[in-house]
Amino acid sequence: MKKNGLKILTASLMALFLILGGMTFAEGQKEAPAAGKAAAPSLEVELTNEQPTGTLEIFSWWAGDEAPALNALIKVFEKNYPEVEVKNATVTGGSGVNAKAVLKTRMLGGDPPESFQVHAGQELIGTWVAANRMLDLTPLFEEQGWMDVFPEDLINLIGTENGIWSVPVNIHRSNVMWYVPENLDKWGVEVPETLDEFLEAAKKLEAKGVTPLSLATTWTVNHLWESTALGVLGADDYEALWNGDLSWDDPKVVEVWSVFDEVLSYTNNDAASLSWQQATDLVVQGDAAFNVMGDWAAGYMMTTLGLEADEEFGWTASPGTNGNFMFLADSFGYPKGSKNPAATLAWLKTCGSKEGSDAFNPLKGSISARTDSDLSKYNTYAQSAAKDFQSDRIVGSLAHGVVANEGFMNDFSTVMEMFLNSRNPQQAANACQAIAIQNGLYK
Amino acid sequence: MNSINEKQKNTLFAVLTVLPSVILIGIFIYGFIGNTIYLSFTDWGEGAGLTENVSKNFVGLKNYRELFSGFIHGRFRQDLVNTVYYSFFLLGGTLLFGLFFAILLDRSLKYESVFRTIFLYPMALSFIVTGTIWRWLLAPKGGFNLIPTIFGLPKSDFLWTSSRASILNFNWQILPRYIFAIAALVLLIPMVKSFYQRKTSLKKQISLSVSFGVSLLFALFLYKIFPPLLPYEEMHGFNLATIGICIAAIWQYSGYTMALYLAGLRGLSESIRESARLDGCNELQYYIKIAIPNLKPITLSAVIILAHISLKLFDLIFAMAGADNANTGHPSINMYLTTFRANNFALGASIAVILFIIAALFIIPYMIHTHKGREA
Amino acid sequence: MNKQKTLRLLYYFLMLILVLIFLVPMYMTLATALKDPANINLATSWSFPKKLNWNSFGEAFNMLKPNFFNSVLLTFFATIISAFIGSLNGYVFSKNKFKGSEIIFTLLLFGMFLPYQIILIPLFQVLRTLGLYGTLAGLILAHVVYGIPIVTMIFRNFYDQIPDSIIESAQLDGAHYFQLYRSLILPLSIPGFVVVGIWQVTQIWNEFLWGITLTRPNAYPITVALAQLAGGQAVSWNLPMAGAILAGLPVLIVYIFLGKYFLKGLLAGSVKE
Repeated sequence: MKKNGLKILTASLMALFLILGGMTFAEGQKEAPAAGKAAAPSLEVELTNEQPTGTLEIFSWWAGDEAPALNALIKVFEKNYPEVEVKNATVTGGSGVNAKAVLKTRMLGGDPPESFQVHAGQELIGTWVAANRMLDLTPLFEEQGWMDVFPEDLINLIGTENGIWSVPVNIHRSNVMWYVPENLDKWGVEVPETLDEFLEAAKKLEAKGVTPLSLATTWTVNHLWESTALGVLGADDYEALWNGDLSWDDPKVVEVWSVFDEVLSYTNNDAASLSWQQATDLVVQGDAAFNVMGDWAAGYMMTTLGLEADEEFGWTASPGTNGNFMFLADSFGYPKGSKNPAATLAWLKTCGSKEGSDAFNPLKGSISARTDSDLSKYNTYAQSAAKDFQSDRIVGSLAHGVVANEGFMNDFSTVMEMFLNSRNPQQAANACQAIAIQNGLYK
Repeated sequence: MNSINEKQKNTLFAVLTVLPSVILIGIFIYGFIGNTIYLSFTDWGEGAGLTENVSKNFVGLKNYRELFSGFIHGRFRQDLVNTVYYSFFLLGGTLLFGLFFAILLDRSLKYESVFRTIFLYPMALSFIVTGTIWRWLLAPKGGFNLIPTIFGLPKSDFLWTSSRASILNFNWQILPRYIFAIAALVLLIPMVKSFYQRKTSLKKQISLSVSFGVSLLFALFLYKIFPPLLPYEEMHGFNLATIGICIAAIWQYSGYTMALYLAGLRGLSESIRESARLDGCNELQYYIKIAIPNLKPITLSAVIILAHISLKLFDLIFAMAGADNANTGHPSINMYLTTFRANNFALGASIAVILFIIAALFIIPYMIHTHKGREA
Repeated sequence: MNKQKTLRLLYYFLMLILVLIFLVPMYMTLATALKDPANINLATSWSFPKKLNWNSFGEAFNMLKPNFFNSVLLTFFATIISAFIGSLNGYVFSKNKFKGSEIIFTLLLFGMFLPYQIILIPLFQVLRTLGLYGTLAGLILAHVVYGIPIVTMIFRNFYDQIPDSIIESAQLDGAHYFQLYRSLILPLSIPGFVVVGIWQVTQIWNEFLWGITLTRPNAYPITVALAQLAGGQAVSWNLPMAGAILAGLPVLIVYIFLGKYFLKGLLAGSVKE
């Protein structure tokens, strides 16, 4: 009897702990009754002329081949602000998926880095601006005269009605298809301009035992999808997808998925275990004919592999997207609660400066977001991209966070996984419609 | 008098000694579990999950409903199916190999300690280290896939961790039917038994038959009463990409079961073996008839510990296939992605609770069992 | 006689094959780590390099150095603290039982088998509130707290083997609770400390989940750094392999030289000896 009483006592003590545990933490977290997201006023950055000192931690996912560009930018910073010790915190992983996870735990942990790399556009706005964690940089843009040197479209994209949220350091093009001219000659294939031409060439290549299109891990599949979607839909309908004018279960979108299904059938079967560089390698080594990848691939081929642009490798807009420039941009923002405001400001100034931008971009293989950059410092590829940037229609990338928020991007990856297993275009389109509604694409 | 006083003092000191640990465990284990359960009933993470002033609303079982029948969470459901297979192969593989190695070593021949050391060394390494190594071994165009070329065969092109193929597919919509069908099958045996053994009470016979009948009815007709779990077909099965992970895990842990079994075999006194030999048992008969039945309690411990390790495969899968690889997914990885990448804390908490419940199904009976053993 | 000989031969042959299978991953790791990065390619991944290139180890060590020392600090402090707590608890649960101590012990043990995801979110928040998020100190705290169940159990099992009569006679000599612990139990505990120490060193050194969720890059333990190194883009495989060897070596050395105690800890994990 006594023993039972003891057991009951301990059991109830345990239950008490469970409940108290639940309650106390719950209490602490129950602040601010769902006060709507936009209600909190945005804070403007405070400009200062104070000479920065101390340490500056820069958070990015630029490691490996992309590291030299960042180092060049840091060097420019260190030259101008020798008092500041720069801590370069990189978290590897293509397209920044790992880095973004780490950044989130840090921001939530009340430990923001002084400045962090983020894809300009909805990725920043939908996540950190919506959470009211960023400072408005409008005063900085005005002070530095950036309103005039950055294209207006770009400023519109990286800002909202309430402010400008980050300083773009580069512009990348996403819809580029890479190849080796010599190999194409050997296989007797012309560079395809439309999707039909591409599929025809692919059939021919496959018959010769060549992989028509090389592909890598998950995010590069999304990357291929956006280029295919732009090719099938054209720029107007592509943009309509993002502002809610074109429904995701429209027959046109189903068509995108079925074309994508056909394109996928011409890719290597070990894609999921390759990095994007390895997929590029397949083209360079002559195992595959084409690769659709952002123009950081140019940097990889020229800097790491030492190939000559326009001779040892060639490029064209991905099939059906001629005259369109699908862009993405890396940028740096100013998180609330930076421990070294003066250094953060100095870093952002460096990112937006002509000197910084022209040190960074030639090495990164991207073009500057500034309209006044010194093109002579850039390579053959970048010069051609810069020309296209001026003349082409500009649209934003999905896989790299320009046009859709992170919630949609995450769910889109899930839908893609489903599609890769089921290969059912109608189902994928329906799924996209559901996630578009869920993530507020139709406002 | 003095000694009673002394005893009380001792008890006081004893309580004071363990008090800090008890409080810490009370908060960090039981309190935290309570908190996670609470979180799983909220909507923390939808919308403004990352703001400084987080707001949470109670939403009941919504997150769980989403996970089991929300159409975007197909990956989670596949993860659950994977968990079953991971656990099955890890348990089966390590127990079999471990027992096999233990019997081989039990013969205490020369170099036994060398062999033992080699079979057990993977246990000393972290899953991250072994995962990194196995990832290279299982690279599609090298490593294991080249082995057939040694024998002059064409090289294999199996995609170890990235294969999309799956076998034994079933439709998630009718999962409840499968569950009830299995329940009916499981109940069938004791029911039939109860009719043949006169000892069993009528009460037991009736309750067994009734539960069997109900399960069978549910298995056959449930779908006519309730709507299916999902509005559309969703196939899940055994993903071939998980085989590589299972091999690596078995490689790493069979040394552990070997050590357990070896200790058990050595614990059987030499006299048992002698008497078995005198009874005319040969080696094989000795193991099958005497040694292995005696190892039952060890098998039980091993099953508990391995089942719990199979729920922690996070590290190995992370290092071998990467967190994003949906084909090799596991709820623990899904929890990490959902919580720290997609910021959906409440949903992440729900996945954690589901993992916890699976673990508790194994552990709580075991804890009660050992607790009783200690008190007796 | 002859039959026995062939049997024995067969036995060693079988053992040899098994040993080779178990060592294959090690061989592959070494072979790749010692290759010149330019010579690493999937088609020849099995061949051993003709010319050994030891540079990868230096390079990998340079990349992992800060994390290596993080792990050393983390392991050192967390092991010492938790072993000490475990010894005190074990002393109580084995030699100073009181009413309800068995139930408390069982409730403590429950923590051993948790899938740690269940406590991850609150742990993350509490560390953040304490200002320990992202630091080594926070990680040490986590390892100490969640190590309590297993170390307590190992010490309890260990002290159960000390006969009560020794303690009783010491008590008759007038030794009290703490005196008894210090003068009698502690000196007898050295093997227990070795077992617990090795167990905790292995566990903490090899831990990954908390490393990746509770620390920031400058406090990353070596497992996280290795996962990053291997998961990074277009790294040639010699570096991750050399890194894997560096990350595995410390515990491997402990295992090889103190295998007996390692085994004891391992078996203690199965609750009953």
